[in-house]
This record gives sequence, structure tokens and C-alpha cells, in this order.
Amino acid sequence: MKILVCISHVPDTTAKISFTDNNKYYDKNNIQFIISPYEELSLTRALEIKESLGEGTITVINVGLQETEPTIRKALAMGADDAVRINAEPTDAIFVAKQIAEFAKNENFDAILTGKESIDYNGGQVGEMVAEFLDIPSITSVSELEIKDGKAIIQREIDGGYETTECSLPFIGSGQKGIAAEPRIPAMRGIMMARRKPLKVIEPVEFNNLTEVIEHSLPEPKAACKMVSPDEVGELVRLLHEEAKAI
Amino acid sequence: MSVLVYTENWEGKFKKATYEILSYASEIAKQLNTDIVALSIGNVDDNELKILGNYGAVKVLNANNEKLHNFNSRAYATAIAEAVKNIDAKVIVMGNTYTARATAPRVAVKLNAGLVPGCIALPKSTTPFVVKNKAYSGKAFADTQVNADIKILTLNQNSFKIIENKKDAAIEAFNVEIPNFDNEKIIEVSKAQGKISVNDAEILVSGGRGLKAAENFKMLEEMAEILGPTATTACSRPITDLDWRPHSEHVGQTGKVVAPNLYFAIGISGAIQHLAGVNASKVIVAINTDKDAPIFEAADYGIIGDAFEVMPKLIEELKNFKNQ
Repeated sequence: MKILVCISHVPDTTAKISFTDNNKYYDKNNIQFIISPYEELSLTRALEIKESLGEGTITVINVGLQETEPTIRKALAMGADDAVRINAEPTDAIFVAKQIAEFAKNENFDAILTGKESIDYNGGQVGEMVAEFLDIPSITSVSELEIKDGKAIIQREIDGGYETTECSLPFIGSGQKGIAAEPRIPAMRGIMMARRKPLKVIEPVEFNNLTEVIEHSLPEPKAACKMVSPDEVGELVRLLHEEAKAI
Repeated sequence: MSVLVYTENWEGKFKKATYEILSYASEIAKQLNTDIVALSIGNVDDNELKILGNYGAVKVLNANNEKLHNFNSRAYATAIAEAVKNIDAKVIVMGNTYTARATAPRVAVKLNAGLVPGCIALPKSTTPFVVKNKAYSGKAFADTQVNADIKILTLNQNSFKIIENKKDAAIEAFNVEIPNFDNEKIIEVSKAQGKISVNDAEILVSGGRGLKAAENFKMLEEMAEILGPTATTACSRPITDLDWRPHSEHVGQTGKVVAPNLYFAIGISGAIQHLAGVNASKVIVAINTDKDAPIFEAADYGIIGDAFEVMPKLIEELKNFKNQ
């Protein structure tokens, strides 16, 4: 079983969001970066599948400059066998997807996993785009995953419910909550071993990004919260009806 | 040159989100001095398709091929890409739904199109093409420029108001050849019956750790019921981690990002990850015992008090209000 897990290097969920250079770039100063949470869950599930089968290799891939290596090493510490970094600024989703597809096309992976979206740009595009470049099936919002007997049994979230699909290999799955119970926390031994695991750096193929962020902005600060006494709950109902026109 | 709108249906019916994207696309078409064509995929009857004309569609392409009766991202992407070629569309508008999220990236690769997910406003300019979308899980916005001939926009739910714009939509059968994509087979579908989803709801009654036990969510269910069929319950992350509520109700950065008209945060302190998921709500009401809880900074109305004392009173008052 060969599984490729695509990971992105994103600011911690509690990190302050601010921008530099006329709001064009995210301000990375003093920011802790992590593996995007859904991808961490997908990686955890990939490791569990390998362990339950008793064989296989888990490779992680990231498109990023050298600064992402500590994040990649964390994935290796969690238990991935080896890693690939495509040495390029991840300019947009289609650029990233093209790089991953170029790497994956000759590697015969049984499955490629990613997260349902990264928590920086939330596009949820890369997995589906890689699938289209490789012309293989894809399942989004995967909440349960089993791979055995040459096929995958996948539960995914749909509008208002869940759907269970049987899918041939290879396929691409984008994990969300549920695919694994909790992200795996690297043990000391894993951290030590991660330093010696292979991390291959590959130069990108030429491909133009099609979108670019030209400016960021932050939400307008809210007006002060209007307080209602707990003894006058009727007043809240009146305000919601007459002032906010929300009920 | 028309703007193409993929009008998704749910068991043969359109819903509010469909009319939002049509309204949004109509306004973009005005900017570009053109009109909009809707693409319907799957089995929808003509009376329902005619409704699309009420929101600006001058033509409806009806792709009702048997291979399109069940969702398959490759089949749907093929149909959409063919429709784009058919009408020579340069702008494609879709919802930000599960189906659209699984399809739009494939269409982008097929057409070498620039995709902007989660748009929240009309394009600021059309040359260059710049549109505002969400970033950092709702903690920020991005002005994204598309440097491709074809642009695909997905619109966030509840971020554009419905505008009636009556046209007499011509319905045309759209016969598109779909290859056999039989490597995926649906085995089972389970849907919550008769309950509106967290993303579709206009009012969310959401609970956090302050509710202390799973059974106390009954109060929230009761309140949602009083508020009507467009209201439902939701919760913060610790609640699904504790298995008190299903994952599908978790709102926040790692759950669902929502934008209802009214959001009740009951016993939710308002961690930054939770606020990211709810701060696009039009009105936020917070009920919390801790006057310093960060939720009060995001809220429009607040009650500092114990949910177990406030909720029964609030339920009573809402009942009276609804009976008026």
C-alpha cells in the first residue's frame, strides 16, 4: 500500500492575522506554523491504515520554500516514511496541484489524501485539481475511510447527511473531521527518527498561476455589544424583532 | 459570452442558495453587458426550471442525462465544461456547496480557468478581474485577481441578497456525452429527515461547554423548534469532541463556517477558532456567565447570566412572541 499525503504549512489556528507590504502578504513574523488540521487527520488515518495492513509506505508532499521543512519534519515524526518538498512558493491552488500531479504521475500511489481545505485560503481545490490532472476519481469531505482488498470504502459528508461510496484505487480523498479520531502526536522516538528520514527536494515544473491575491483586509470592528439584563429577557426578544429585525 | 450559472438542485428542487447565485450572476452580467444562462444537471421538471427565469436566466440548459442522475464529480465537471464551450462563457458562477466544491476545481483544470472560492461580493473591477473572497477561515478577506481568460467564482451562502429579475427563460435540452465513470459506486445514503442543515439555516441556536451535559441541548432544540423551520441547532468544537452532538453540527474554523441571519451562542466562550466560523452572521446573541468571555466582543446583544436560568425564560418569551 503506497499512500501520498499532501500537507500545507499554515499559521496556527490561534495565530494573529495581519499583513505586510500594503496588505499583500501575510505577516509571518513570530508566527507558529503547523500542518493544516484536516491534513493532519488524513495523515493520521493513512498511518493507521498502514499499521492495520502491516505493510506499506506513507509519503508526504509539500509545495513550499525551505521554511516549510520543520512542518514536513513534524509529519515524518508522526510516522510518515519519507517526504518530498517541491521547492516553490505555493502561488495558487492550480500551481500547487500541477506540481503534486507531476510528482505523483509516475509513482503508482494507491491513494492520495489531503484535507478538505487548508485553513489559510480555505479553497478546498488542490485535491480535486490533482485528481483531474491525473484523471482519477476523487471523494471530498471524507469522514470515514477503509482501504482493503484493492478498493476503498469511503463515507463522505453531503448536504444534510452522509453518503457511503465504494471506490477503485487509485483515488484522491480529502479528509475532514471523523476520518481519524484525533491527530497523532509525535513521540520522542518519532521526533529523533524523523531527522534521519529522507526528505527529497525537487525543483518545480514550469506552470503559471491563474489567480493572485493583490490585497488582504480584516473585518470591520463590531459596535459594542448591547447588554440586556437576565431579568428582562423579553427585552431581548423585542430588540431582536424591532431593532435587529432578525425574528 | 454569457455568464454561466450552475444551478444545483436538491431532489429536483432549487433552493434559496440557487436564487442567490443567480442574483449574483445577474449583477455580474450587467457589469459585463451580457446576460446569464443557467445549467441544470440531473432530473428537474420544466415547471421548476422555469423558476430560474425569475432571477435573470434568459436560457436554461437542461442536462438530464441518465449518467447525471447521481452525483459524480467527473461527470458533472464534464457537463459544466461542455456547457461553457457551448455558450462561450467567460465567467462561471456556482454555489459554495459540497457538490460545487467537488466539481469547480476539476472544471478549472479542464478549461485552464482561474477559480476564486468563497466570494462574498461583486467583482471590484472586471478588467483586471478582481473579486473579494474569504481567507483565513473568515478571519480576513482577500482581493483576488484572476489572470485567466475564463473565471470561475463560487459564492458563499447568505452573502448576496436575492434580487428578482423576471425573464422568460427558454428551456433547451442539453445533450452532452458523458464517459463511463464507474469506478465510484454509491452504497448508502443517510440524511437527517425533515431538518434543515446548519449551512442552510437562517437561525442557529448553538451551545457550548456551558451547557454541561448532552441532555441539556434539549432546551436548544426546543428553542429552535419555536423559531420555526429555518432554525436549527449547532454547537462548538468541544461538544462534538465529547460526542454530545454530531460532527455535522460543529461550527467554527475546523467545522462549518456559517453566515446565518441570527446566531445564538449559549454557553460558548468564543475561542478565536469558533469566532472565525460564525463572525459573518448578521446578528449574534451571546448568553454566558462570564462577563469577560470573548464572545461578547463578537456579539451584538448579550446577556450575562446562567443559561439554565435564562433559557427557560427566553423560550417562554419566544413562545409568547410567536403566538402574538
